[in-house]
Amino acid sequence: MEDFKSKLGHYALGVLAHLLLLLAWYLFVKLGEVPKFVMPSPADTFGALTMGNYNWWVNIRVTATEIFGGYALALVVGVGLALVFTWSKLLESLVLPLLVTLNMIPKVALGPLIIVWFKYGVFPNTLMAFSIAVFPILLTTARGLREIEPDLLDLVRSLRGSRWQLFTKIQLPGALPYIFAGMKVAAILAVAGAIVGEFLGSDRGLGYLMLQVQVTLDTPAMFMAVILITLLGMALYGLVLLLERLMVVKDARVAG
Amino acid sequence: MSAVQPFIHLAGVSKSYGKAHRKTLAISDATFDVQPGELVALVGPSGCGKSTLLKILAGLHPHDAGTVRLGSDTHPFDPARDIGMVFQAPLLLKWRRILDNVLLPAELLGLPMGPTRERARELMAMVGLAGQEDKFPYELSGGMQQRAAIARALIHDPKLVLMDEPFGALDALTREKMNLELLRIWKESGKTIVFVTHGISEAVFLGTRVVVFTAGPARMADNFQIEFDRPRTLDIKTHEAFGAYTRRIYKLLGME
Repeated sequence: MEDFKSKLGHYALGVLAHLLLLLAWYLFVKLGEVPKFVMPSPADTFGALTMGNYNWWVNIRVTATEIFGGYALALVVGVGLALVFTWSKLLESLVLPLLVTLNMIPKVALGPLIIVWFKYGVFPNTLMAFSIAVFPILLTTARGLREIEPDLLDLVRSLRGSRWQLFTKIQLPGALPYIFAGMKVAAILAVAGAIVGEFLGSDRGLGYLMLQVQVTLDTPAMFMAVILITLLGMALYGLVLLLERLMVVKDARVAG
Repeated sequence: MSAVQPFIHLAGVSKSYGKAHRKTLAISDATFDVQPGELVALVGPSGCGKSTLLKILAGLHPHDAGTVRLGSDTHPFDPARDIGMVFQAPLLLKWRRILDNVLLPAELLGLPMGPTRERARELMAMVGLAGQEDKFPYELSGGMQQRAAIARALIHDPKLVLMDEPFGALDALTREKMNLELLRIWKESGKTIVFVTHGISEAVFLGTRVVVFTAGPARMADNFQIEFDRPRTLDIKTHEAFGAYTRRIYKLLGME
């Protein structure tokens, strides 16, 4: 009961902080008499949802598709490649250094190239989100699969355990916390990737919408777009946290 | 035949690591026998080769020269399933409950799970962990975790249990308690135990026999029986004979 109370208090404080920010925002605009095109009030911002013909729902769906699609692809490819590496040391020695170098490329700089190759639209933006999200997942998973206590290895060997048993019983579950640590970092990056993609070239999506309304100085709509993008990111991050909570024992979780 | 065939027979065992012209001697002159049901303590400083010898016994490392024979006509030995190992760290899998950790060797060996689960519960009770079956490792103290590691080493009913400084990471009081517990577990299980330690008094207190190793160069220096009435209690540490045994070891290690 005590524990429950302290947890409830913890969450209450978090909610309070958000409400205070909203209040500060409101007071700043109201008391400072800030013009709407510089900074809209919370009411004006949420009002933007009903104003104009912005196709909010379509744009939300497009951006969400890019974020979640790119992220899912990054998860499959990142974890998949890392798994391949644990089974082929040669491939790992050959490809991993290359990937470390490729990771150094600012993925945003690839944007114009991706447009040249794939035109603009949902697919290239998904690719953008993928390219930026795949590396943290791949590199942390590969690291997690490599981390294995030498004595534990001896224990398995002394019982003539097979390579497959070592993999399924020790390596893979042991790597799970690392995979989630990479997934959390990637969740934030995937959102940035999709939006940058939309900035560079697209005809739909929340990032595209921001550029459109910037021209007409519809700042409330820009604010609303930022809030919606943030909410999409939070949804993805929350989903990852939920999965981690279900799949990884408390003590084994890696902070990230 | 009057002499009982030893369970472990070592004669002139040596091993070195490294390339031809830059070899480091890990162990040499290891010659001693272990009777079935003995608890032999291998004692010596770091780098004397006692852990190497343990790995040779576990079949994890080949030896360069000498004879290593495990098992006898009356006590046949199957290298694939007759070894139990306990290390300095408990090495419990963080994502498994204690009972499932204890079951790991049985899973690796493909033993039938029904009766093995029953046995795991009995073993947990024997090592003093009754009621902790469904806990996760992080919920247990270091001493409790090491008890679980001992139960894990016994689950597949191995004939030989190899312990590599199992209590080295515990605080002094817990360590003394675990020494008493080990003597009880050893008596109840009837296993042959080879126990590596750098604690001289621990070796004398636990061992039916103590084998002393010295470092630089790594070699076996002495091998003698410890005669005390059983069951041993902490009282024997104040006996004159106990002091004589420890002095003998200190002298061999050049510390007197």
